[in-house]
Amino acid sequence: MSNKGQIYRISGPVVTAIGIKAAMFDVVRVGDEGLMGEVIELHGDKCVIQVYEETSGIRPGEPVINTGETLSVALGPGLLTQIYDGIQRPLEALEEKMGVFITRGVDADGIVMDKKWTFNPTVKVGDVVEPGSVIGIVQETETIEHKIMVPPNKEGTIREIKQGDFNVTETVCILDDGTELQMMQKWPVRTPRPFLQKYAPDTPLVTGQRILDFLFPLAKGGTAGIPGPFGSGKTVTQQQLAKWSDAQIVVYIGCGERGNEMTEVLSEFPHLIDPNTEKPLMNRTVMIANTSNMPVAAREASVYTGITIAEYFRDMGYDVALMADSTSRWAEAMREISSRLEEMPGEEGYPAYLSSRLAEFYERAGRVETMSGDDGSVTVIGAVSPPGGDISEPVSQGTLRIVKVFWGLDAGLARQRHFPSINWLNSYSLYPASLDQWYRDNVAQDFPDIRTEISSLLQVEAELQEIVQLVGSDALPVDQQLTLEVARMIREFFLQQNAFHDVDTFSALEQQYKMAVAILTFQSEAKKAIAAGAALEDVVNVESRTNLMRARFEQGYLEKIDNLVGEMKKEINSAVEAEN
Amino acid sequence: MTEKEYRTITDVKGPLVFLNKTEPVSFGEIVSLRLSDGSTKNGQVLDTSDEMVVVQVFEGTAGVDLDTGIRFMGDVFKLPVSKDLVGRILTGAGKPRDGGPDIVAEHNADIIGAAINPYSRRSPEEFIQTGISAIDSCTSLVRGQKLPIFSASGLPHNDIALQIARQAKLKDSDEDFVVVFCAMGITAEEYNFFRYDLERTGALENAVLFVNLADDPAVERLITPRLALTAAEYLAFEHDYHVLVIYTDMTNYCESLRQIGAAREEVPGRRGYPGYMYTDLAMLYERAGIVKGKEGSITQFPILTMPGDDITHPIPDLSGYITEGQIVISRELHQKGIYPPINVLPSLSRLMNAGIGPGKTREDHKSVSDQLYAAYAQGRELRGLVAIVGEDALNERDLQMLKFADLFENKFLRQSRDEDRTIEGTLDLAWELLSSINTKYLVRLDQKWIDKYHPTEKK
Repeated sequence: MSNKGQIYRISGPVVTAIGIKAAMFDVVRVGDEGLMGEVIELHGDKCVIQVYEETSGIRPGEPVINTGETLSVALGPGLLTQIYDGIQRPLEALEEKMGVFITRGVDADGIVMDKKWTFNPTVKVGDVVEPGSVIGIVQETETIEHKIMVPPNKEGTIREIKQGDFNVTETVCILDDGTELQMMQKWPVRTPRPFLQKYAPDTPLVTGQRILDFLFPLAKGGTAGIPGPFGSGKTVTQQQLAKWSDAQIVVYIGCGERGNEMTEVLSEFPHLIDPNTEKPLMNRTVMIANTSNMPVAAREASVYTGITIAEYFRDMGYDVALMADSTSRWAEAMREISSRLEEMPGEEGYPAYLSSRLAEFYERAGRVETMSGDDGSVTVIGAVSPPGGDISEPVSQGTLRIVKVFWGLDAGLARQRHFPSINWLNSYSLYPASLDQWYRDNVAQDFPDIRTEISSLLQVEAELQEIVQLVGSDALPVDQQLTLEVARMIREFFLQQNAFHDVDTFSALEQQYKMAVAILTFQSEAKKAIAAGAALEDVVNVESRTNLMRARFEQGYLEKIDNLVGEMKKEINSAVEAEN
Repeated sequence: MTEKEYRTITDVKGPLVFLNKTEPVSFGEIVSLRLSDGSTKNGQVLDTSDEMVVVQVFEGTAGVDLDTGIRFMGDVFKLPVSKDLVGRILTGAGKPRDGGPDIVAEHNADIIGAAINPYSRRSPEEFIQTGISAIDSCTSLVRGQKLPIFSASGLPHNDIALQIARQAKLKDSDEDFVVVFCAMGITAEEYNFFRYDLERTGALENAVLFVNLADDPAVERLITPRLALTAAEYLAFEHDYHVLVIYTDMTNYCESLRQIGAAREEVPGRRGYPGYMYTDLAMLYERAGIVKGKEGSITQFPILTMPGDDITHPIPDLSGYITEGQIVISRELHQKGIYPPINVLPSLSRLMNAGIGPGKTREDHKSVSDQLYAAYAQGRELRGLVAIVGEDALNERDLQMLKFADLFENKFLRQSRDEDRTIEGTLDLAWELLSSINTKYLVRLDQKWIDKYHPTEKK
């Protein structure tokens, strides 16, 4: 047995090799073209390999070479603004090498090896460094400082430290035992990067999406699942989060999704401005695009590639948000490979280890104390695409058992063009209890109370709607008709948000709060007016309320809102006077 | 090409032939079978190892016995492509069906097709006017999109597909599409319907037809769309044509996929369809698009019939997850006598926003489309309520919405099979119908569009 063997059998992306010495998850080169693959099973002298590229034309007897390394990503300056396939090959480099169609057998480095970066040390000779210690800084993009860290398995006293322009493979630091450190390090994707301890999340990931921030908030370091049938807006929601969430780094994984959609992201992101830094959003983004027709094994790997990059930035002390769209495609890739391996299937043909893989993946999220004592987080938001929109299927259920936030997309709402079509009745977040203090301190003291009032109004509406379905709304008493009207206002004015509208696409927390308060003000003023004898019709149809609602599409809404509410109050009061 | 002919078949099962062999055979290689009566069949290697090779026979295994001779052709399946393809009718396996000569190949193209690098795609954003109001207003199609028609047995999806093929053009342009038509397991009657219509309108000269009929081998169906798309890619990306690919019926294709899966004793996924059906469908649908540096485009119109009108069935479900929207044909509207019976509510075009608006269609398009949806959705919902409590229980707003739903179906959706409406005509008609509702209830319309386009309130 040596590190070189030959192909015995080929069945789609699964290749069996014979006469090769290999360990699980070793990366191997398959066939004359040297296609990249990974060992996933060992049987005596045979080993089973999943190949990341198309295998047609390969024949038994061709060589297989073991590289002896596990599937790893290159980590260092040059990651940001990149667009990778599932195994960290930059798509731009692939285009240069092969044109618009992706052929096979082409390799490309994950980060550009010859680009010079300016390295500024933060330690000096004689300093003791531990795994994860920051030894220097590179200004990678306008907004992001890339911290160069000691790899997790090295430590010692600094013997030599350099300053100046280097590429990522040049030595910038030498330890007393002769260990040379470069700006680039490699890390196996299937192994979580180490940290000191996990903290409880206490800060929200502010997304600028009203229904998310206000009703179902996600914490930095938390996990969220977005299941929904096709056409319900999963991808738009994910993209909104990638655009507007206040994470410092965003890793966006397009896993088994549409090519044109990725293109839209690729062409749009460079032009979008981050509301927090006023700089292009692309500066903080790493993208992984393994579309549905790209090799299935690379799709399986893409999720791990993404989360490893996210953990790397977390280790620098950044808040990282990772979007995986869609985890169902990842699960299907596992299923496809599992069935080629002729494994005994669990539910719906998925492998029995599906739920443990999902759990392991989401468990890599969290707010942690990094190896260097910093505070960093990885927030994971996974889209799920349940067949037929039925979330009783294994991937949705496996996800819901783990995540703390559930944003349930609803086909019915999508059909009414209510976007984001997140169902406010069955969605939930388990974070408000730990985040409320933050909202009180940073937005308004009564923020949690307003939230409770809004969500209970929606609950009451759902109950009233059942009666309306039977008897019509005119049969309800006036106060309940008013409740319906207020709830409609919550839905149309507050929960609906137009992702494609320049202004409405992002709503700051303060504005969200004021809008919610405006709705409750309308409710209390209208109640008073009706009690004083005004007709429901007159109160509901005051023009200033329509103005208040329409104005949210205008620039500077936050400044105008108080005036608009004032006008509304006045007009409602005059409706009473007209009556008396 | 190896000259060696093997006679080492051990098993024949459904469309699959198992044989022992001595020399290494590559995965995906094309196989030629010579039967004892002298006829030949073609197949492809599905699994290969030192001991056993599994071959899938495209024309079915009828007549194959243990003495059948097998030759491995040393290459994967290729389609001879040339500009002469345009105007031709070919079988589901790519052989002439119209009595014409063989295609003289400019070169041979691998039919599996490589994935387009997402980085090399261009965003589709050129609006295609189909002349059908329901589609142009609410599920606008753009060049490079894949937009399936979700239909069911007994509905006029073929008429709609043909009307689109006939009328589709860029706004204010006469540039025509080349139609690549791919029939999978449809009846001879349906095929004739398509053919005669294409002939009648002269479109046949500008089309390539790949035809696998219901009585042709089911396995062949798995390669037919790949041939069609290979031809489409050649025409679009090597000769700058704008290609419209219509394939019908995807349901038959998926049935064939299931049939092969069962013959290979694979672990089945939902409803017996193979677990890799998503990936397999994606390898077809994802071949739509426009790319950097090339003029041409591929727009796809797959037609599929939903078994039992069930949109959650795996075939429409997986398709919907890959395609950029869907056009849903409604039995209810069809029974009301409305053509085209397109239910706009579950229909969707994901690329619509990129293709509409000022300079592309008209500035008010998005607003109008949202309002149409909202009002029609509410109107339809109210019909259920009216059935219980009667119209008297409705308030003014609800009554107007209810009436609007009827107007929408009868005036807006309904049009004749050769009525080609411009997008401006469609939008003006929408405004006319929306004006039946009091403006204060039209909350999706920007005030500036009301001022400009509302038939009675414009300033």
